[in-house]
Amino acid sequence: MAGPNSFYGPIDPAADAGWTEAPPRMGFFTDTSVCIGCKACEVACKEWNAVPDDGFDLLGMSYDNTGQLSANTWRHVAFIEQAAPPSEAAMDVLREAEASVSTQFLGMPSSTLPGSSGREDRDLRWLMMSNVCKHCTHAACLDVCPTGSLFRTEYGTVVVQEDICNGCGYCVSACPYGVIDRREDDGRAWKCTLCYDRIGEGMTPACAQACPTQSIQYGELDELRDRADKRVEVLHQRGVPEARLYGHDPADGVGGDGAFFLLLDEPEVYGLPPDPVVTTRDLPAMWKHAGVAALTMAAAAVVAFLGRRP
Amino acid sequence: MSDHAAHVSAETVRGNGQGSGRRRGGGKGDRVMVPPAEFRSYYGRPIVKPPVWTHDVAAYLFTGGLAAGSALVAAGADLTGRPALRATGRVAALAAVGASGYLLVKDLGRPGRFLNMLRVAKPTSPMSMGTWILTAFGAAAGAAAVAEAAPYLPRRGALGLAARALPTAGRVGGLVAAGTAPALATYTAVLLADTAAPSWHEAYPRLPFVFAGSALASGGAAGLIGAPVAEAGPARTLAVAGAALELTATHGVEHRMGLLSEPYRTGKAGRLLRAARLLTAAGAVGALVGARSRAVSALAGVALLAGSAATRFGVFEAGRASAEDPKYTVLPQRERLAARGDA
Repeated sequence: MAGPNSFYGPIDPAADAGWTEAPPRMGFFTDTSVCIGCKACEVACKEWNAVPDDGFDLLGMSYDNTGQLSANTWRHVAFIEQAAPPSEAAMDVLREAEASVSTQFLGMPSSTLPGSSGREDRDLRWLMMSNVCKHCTHAACLDVCPTGSLFRTEYGTVVVQEDICNGCGYCVSACPYGVIDRREDDGRAWKCTLCYDRIGEGMTPACAQACPTQSIQYGELDELRDRADKRVEVLHQRGVPEARLYGHDPADGVGGDGAFFLLLDEPEVYGLPPDPVVTTRDLPAMWKHAGVAALTMAAAAVVAFLGRRP
Repeated sequence: MSDHAAHVSAETVRGNGQGSGRRRGGGKGDRVMVPPAEFRSYYGRPIVKPPVWTHDVAAYLFTGGLAAGSALVAAGADLTGRPALRATGRVAALAAVGASGYLLVKDLGRPGRFLNMLRVAKPTSPMSMGTWILTAFGAAAGAAAVAEAAPYLPRRGALGLAARALPTAGRVGGLVAAGTAPALATYTAVLLADTAAPSWHEAYPRLPFVFAGSALASGGAAGLIGAPVAEAGPARTLAVAGAALELTATHGVEHRMGLLSEPYRTGKAGRLLRAARLLTAAGAVGALVGARSRAVSALAGVALLAGSAATRFGVFEAGRASAEDPKYTVLPQRERLAARGDA
């Protein structure tokens, strides 16, 4: 049940929300060092969850014509082009991942002609990342929802109940990652459910199921965190010193993400906030300030009318 | 090689440059130092989502404040025997709270489901708290306003009975409304601050005072417009005091928050808040010098109302602007990391 860390700090979110004998917290570990930018996750997510399309836009942002997470995009693959020669070590990691793809696959974006072999002679580095709802330990969207439509599941994830949501839009402004959004023709808020319907049946979420290189890994959060620590060590040993984890730390501003990442550059390069803090951390202080302001108002009214009886 | 410059610019962008550029151009001469707006982002896209709220919500910030201020004026007038000021305050409070309800429901994505707000009471959601405050206030303010109809009812029969009961009901309703009014006027500051919009969140210690001042100024202004000068004395005091609080607290929001003050000084928000300052100051001066003139008082009241509305729209726009430019998300967070030694 609610405790001293309910707003901020390390906590087990399912237990804090009142679940007893909850199953282990489930989550995603998205390892961008092996993301080949195939967008299978985007497609699988849309297919399984029956998410409407969001129009055909050519955004001029590398291979990204989706743009951002939104009410109609619950997995979004970001493509970052950098004018730096890719490190051979990072390329080897990626090629291994690509080679592990069993099905016929067009491969990752390349600057050489199709069919050419050998190392590419280029001075362009590509970063790709499949972004998703973070299922925060301290979820601002859930905290501020005035209808109780957003709720914490027994798996520690955060889900919108679409039959309750009245489209007030508060969650949209509260999310420190800009994930949840209101669907225009529908009026309600939508976001990733971590495939609540699938994981309840012991299945893997659609995006992780579809990912051909295991860039998206689904599992028990504790185990994923261990796996991620080891993965960073391996990458550092292999000569990819830029590998770092994002959202894995239960002591961070949102109490750790249920969906965290291995990145190859600073978070903001991927469109992620470098140091997100759940806005409700400061809510007690906000109410206090509002209380003082309210008392000021009342006092002003009393003083203005006192001793002025006509 | 040369075409790769485009890739660099896609990933490392400057802010819109609007604010800093204007200052460098020798604009307002504000001395706030802004760190070099060099930062990295994903194609310059926002990180947090700009609010989906429309101007209905900005307008509600004003009508909610006006309702609260008017209810305080009405209750004070009721207790000190100022019938015209009381009637003005009660009618203004009901009209404003009615407009508030309409604006809030209209802004929902699913207006037909507005009652879902009432299925929970959630202290972690300022909107939930606000719904309950507004509901309690609305019922009480409604009772108070209806009581003003008592003199127009016949003295006999069932309606005559109502006419005799109404003044008491009106007083109780008016006092309950006045009791909840300060909460109604200030919770909206928490509503905005409890978001990821950088310039709203950062302003949380100051916004309640901006809104409290703005509410008092607009409530006092309603009294100046609706009541004769003989009764309007306390409304005048409240209008001037509220205007002073509004101006002082807004100045803090505009200048004391480093980079996150910038959205309050630039663009649409900057224009609105400059207009608000002029209108509010002019209204306060008019209220002071026009103490003997109903016409000057009413004009001052109009200026104060317009100033209060401009303040609300300005604050609303500043939060939106701070969410739309990733600079306001990235740079303060980078500074925070650097201060912790993590970056």
